[in-house]
Amino acid sequence: MEYIIVFLPLLGSIISAFFGKIITEKYSNILTSTLVGISAVLSIIIFYKVLMQDYSSNKLIFNWISSGNFNVNWSIYVDSLTSVMLVVVSLISSLIHFYSIGYMINDPNKYRFMSYLSLFTFSMLILVTADNFLQLFFGWEGVGLCSYLLIGFWYKKPSANAAAIKAFLVNRVGDFAFAIGIFLIFFYYGTVNYNEVFQQTSLLSQKEIIFLGIQTNLITLICLMLFIGAMGKSAQIFLHTWLPDAMEGPTPVSALIHAATMVTAGVFLVVRCSPIFEYSQTALNVVTLVGMSTAFFAATVALVQNDIKKIIAYSTCSQLGYMFFAVGLGAYHVATFHLFTHAFFKALLFLGSGCVIHSFNEEQDIRLMGGVWKKIPCTYILMIIGTLALTGFPFLSGYYSKDAIIEISYLKGNLLGYSAAFVGIFTALLTSIYSWRLIFKTFHGKYNNRKNNLKTIHESPLIMLIPCCLLAFGAVFAGIMFKELFIGENNQDFWNYSILFLEYVQHEHPPIWLLVMTPLLVTLLIPLSYYLFVSNEKILKNLILKNQSIYNFLLNKWYFDELYNFIFVQPIKKVGLFLWIKSDVNIIDRYGPNGLSKLVKILSNKSINFQSGYLHHYAFAMLVGFSLLLTYFILY
Amino acid sequence: MNEIGLGHYLTLGTIIFTIGIFGIFLNKKNVIIILMSIELILLAVNINLVSFSIYLQNLSGQIFSMFVLTVAAAEAAVGLAIIVMYYKNKGSINVEKINSLKG
Repeated sequence: MEYIIVFLPLLGSIISAFFGKIITEKYSNILTSTLVGISAVLSIIIFYKVLMQDYSSNKLIFNWISSGNFNVNWSIYVDSLTSVMLVVVSLISSLIHFYSIGYMINDPNKYRFMSYLSLFTFSMLILVTADNFLQLFFGWEGVGLCSYLLIGFWYKKPSANAAAIKAFLVNRVGDFAFAIGIFLIFFYYGTVNYNEVFQQTSLLSQKEIIFLGIQTNLITLICLMLFIGAMGKSAQIFLHTWLPDAMEGPTPVSALIHAATMVTAGVFLVVRCSPIFEYSQTALNVVTLVGMSTAFFAATVALVQNDIKKIIAYSTCSQLGYMFFAVGLGAYHVATFHLFTHAFFKALLFLGSGCVIHSFNEEQDIRLMGGVWKKIPCTYILMIIGTLALTGFPFLSGYYSKDAIIEISYLKGNLLGYSAAFVGIFTALLTSIYSWRLIFKTFHGKYNNRKNNLKTIHESPLIMLIPCCLLAFGAVFAGIMFKELFIGENNQDFWNYSILFLEYVQHEHPPIWLLVMTPLLVTLLIPLSYYLFVSNEKILKNLILKNQSIYNFLLNKWYFDELYNFIFVQPIKKVGLFLWIKSDVNIIDRYGPNGLSKLVKILSNKSINFQSGYLHHYAFAMLVGFSLLLTYFILY
Repeated sequence: MNEIGLGHYLTLGTIIFTIGIFGIFLNKKNVIIILMSIELILLAVNINLVSFSIYLQNLSGQIFSMFVLTVAAAEAAVGLAIIVMYYKNKGSINVEKINSLKG
């Protein structure tokens, strides 16, 4: 069964890519979607088996590398954590496959799109089912590749190409560190298989090594390297710049890759490596700090963005920050729970915004929308559900997972925990403000779009709405249904040995004010934002005018892009230009291949003159040759 | 006045030889001139042979020069025949225009 789950998407991808034209567009869409759908159903069965029978398995596909004592297998490793990820990945992916049939209906390259989507699903499944770091890395790079291909799917748009390359390059930075982490693991452990590595970690926890001239703890170093890899993939602060730009891709891609699955690979990695991270408090603190800063930073930027997808992208970034600081505080199970619920409501929000964009005929700027909630009631309701879930409105999925993170940070009881709880609550407020801003600007107020007549605004087709409805169902009930299982009193029974807790994570009841505060604030902010963004826009305009510099700071995303452009891109560009123009073109090419070919040309042009066709020239040449030979023989 | 010796004969031969060489490749006009130049070269050789033959008191040089003259006559006949045929075919024996070897 595990084999089928993993390889059906690959099969779909291959068929759609190479035989798509033969089996016609309609069937290739249906085929890929169905195959991924089947693997989603099977994943749910696996999840159920894990739930009921503590099922776990490690199925070998084949031996990959066997060199001395270095053994790496292709295999499918299933435990509690993997089963959760399997469900998330294959379920969301199959819904998005179906959605794409509707969304991409007018695109001539649908085979390619479906094929990439399926290939992505396959890579992601390989990533989560790995039983060693090398296979994980393979999946990691596979999803990176698919992300690149899909961001640049509309390859005729220069901005899409630039965004694709940016995503790829920024991820390379993270992957470089990740690779170093794996090398370190292999060097000191002599193996890259999870089980063996995790067993040896406690023995090596005191080991000190010299790295780049600095003495550090081995485990801390490994953890930090792995975490930098995770930061790249999960768009944490400093390596986040690719995620908002990645919104150049088609919306289903944003939903699948840049919200629900791929970007959570970083969180998955850290959770999977919990048996290593648990031994390094330093690394965990770094994870917490980075997570906190990202959550806060991304939320502030989301406040002022105007592109509907970019707002949601920054929101994703911010939610990933939540997951990371939960991980950093040792609450791996809560982070995974948030990952699980987030996948549903964020995919829903993205697909909903896809519907909105579809309705507005490819318009993405929320300033050019508004007042259409009566025209597209289904999309409106879906977006409202997604927003409520995201902001943590009571009893929706986000409420359980996000509040659990805040509570657990508070219960941690140290300075870092308290500050994390504070940042968590504050970010929840910001989340609420920007999410409702999006809703109100998009659906309420007056109609602002000049390009499209209000009458042309239309509801999306059913094939797009039904997957959204299913996701909405998940967004509403995923929290309440799985809360007990993932983070309840007896969560250890479920997680079993897939997550290691050195310290017992407290589950006592936090103070009542903490429990009430976030939902209360979040709920109160709904009417407040309605007032600010719809009824009385003047207050906000005045606020912006008075704080123009802060507004610009946020609007330009804290000037991260400009900073990177100045520090990294421009100098490297200069070096590249120097190497290209000065050294490559002017030296190597000029004296190398071009020079040689020019020389040959000149020489042959000269030698053509020898063949004049005149008899006397030939006679003269013969004479000269003869005299030279004669001279030679006489002299020597 | 010096007596005319071997040196003078050889110088004469060299001069005639050089004229012949220059006649071949400075010639811009006529193929017949080339033929005549070749003839000159052969004569220069003959002068050399004869003068050495007298200088060395050896008759074989003069006999050899007789053979050369015979061959030269035959060669002139063949060469002229070729030129005549060429003129019939191409209508010109201008050296500048004979470059069909260029392909």
